[in-house]
Amino acid sequence: MGMKLISAKEVTEKVLSNKDLFILDVRNEDAFSDWKIEGKQIDHLNVPYFDLIDGVDEIVDKLPKDREILVVCAKQGSSEMVGEHLVDAGFEDVFVLEGGMKTWSEYLNPVKLGDLKDGGSIYQFVRIGKGCLSYFIESNGEAIVVDSTRTVDAYLDFAKEKNVTIKHVLDTHLHADHISGGRLLQERTGATYYLPPKDAEEVQFDYEPLVEGRDLSVGNTKVKVEPLYSPGHTIGSTSLVVDDQYLLTGDILFVESIGRPDLAGKAGDWADDLRNTLYDKYKELSHELIVLPAHFGNVSELDDQGGVQAKLGDLYEKNAGLNMDEKEFRRAVSENLPPQPNAYQEIRQTNMGKINPNEEDQREMEIGPNRCAIHG
Amino acid sequence: MNADKVLDAKGLACPMPIVKTKKAINELNAGEVLEIHATDKGAKSDLTAWAKSGGHELLQDTEDDGILKFWIKKG
Repeated sequence: MGMKLISAKEVTEKVLSNKDLFILDVRNEDAFSDWKIEGKQIDHLNVPYFDLIDGVDEIVDKLPKDREILVVCAKQGSSEMVGEHLVDAGFEDVFVLEGGMKTWSEYLNPVKLGDLKDGGSIYQFVRIGKGCLSYFIESNGEAIVVDSTRTVDAYLDFAKEKNVTIKHVLDTHLHADHISGGRLLQERTGATYYLPPKDAEEVQFDYEPLVEGRDLSVGNTKVKVEPLYSPGHTIGSTSLVVDDQYLLTGDILFVESIGRPDLAGKAGDWADDLRNTLYDKYKELSHELIVLPAHFGNVSELDDQGGVQAKLGDLYEKNAGLNMDEKEFRRAVSENLPPQPNAYQEIRQTNMGKINPNEEDQREMEIGPNRCAIHG
Repeated sequence: MNADKVLDAKGLACPMPIVKTKKAINELNAGEVLEIHATDKGAKSDLTAWAKSGGHELLQDTEDDGILKFWIKKG
């Protein structure tokens, strides 16, 4: 059969349908241990491409003969070299990830979560490679995009396909792990861009404040989007109650973990805010609300449809981050935290409009997992 | 820094900077220094890892106006 290119979309389908896959990751060991393609039926072998320049003889014994082999590198070129060696060595089902991990990091998989009461729908855009979740809420010809990634064509194409106009764009907080597409979407669509004012004190551009009491609506049917001030991950972090059904928690509460309060360098100050939000403020809300976070950390958080969601009441029972006494909590959110997201300070500066890196640099800055939860 | 040989790998994408580096290093004697110019950002971590695994020494690296320069002493 020879060597075939496979897109990030097709690999995502394999991951979500739990297809058996053997990944030969030819990036250097540091890059591999930092971040890789994961799935329930995926096995990995990491051998840097620079050890395979002359051929794959040395690793032939470690590769399965009867499974599909996906060769992965940073940008595709090295995988093609290794893929050709594999074909020469007699392997038949050899795939090469198109665009490498850079493309994998950017791919967005839209998942429909449900219908809204008076018409319209809510979709989750799953950035499977990096674990970022953004939202597209549409009703009656209008849409709101929440926590957009910088690859905004995905939302623009989707809006076109659904024949809706993006009216509002908002971020639940100033992101530290990825570059927001908020400003770009505003430019491209004329939508209004909202940010929590307490996170936006240093931003270099105009925005509308996202504050409690100033509900947004979309479509004639007035799907309600109610901001709820919920500090902790950042001082401005603001959740959204959508259509009395969904709770968009940003980076405060995840399905299997909780947000970390240290990415703006003030863990001690914000640990109490985080605790208040999680243990008091959210508790007063309906436990029937479906929690929709801005990230996931592990593919185990994806459901059968590839989405990430959980009932608030269930999380109060199962999520370890919601079941700690004060002392335990303080320790969990301030000690032994995972490393910070790659280039998180530069990413914050970019999101504030203080620096304007080019696209290639933005891509490099976003390499790796999101790491916004207290558990790695 | 003095080099015994200079390799221009500017404009080349992965894996070519390392493929060419490997070839150039093979033509040097142990202890001699190869200077490499590259523009592929991935070259830095890969050359560092490659030099280490091959027993060579990365003496110095610089970045100036998008051009990465490396000095590797053959082990």
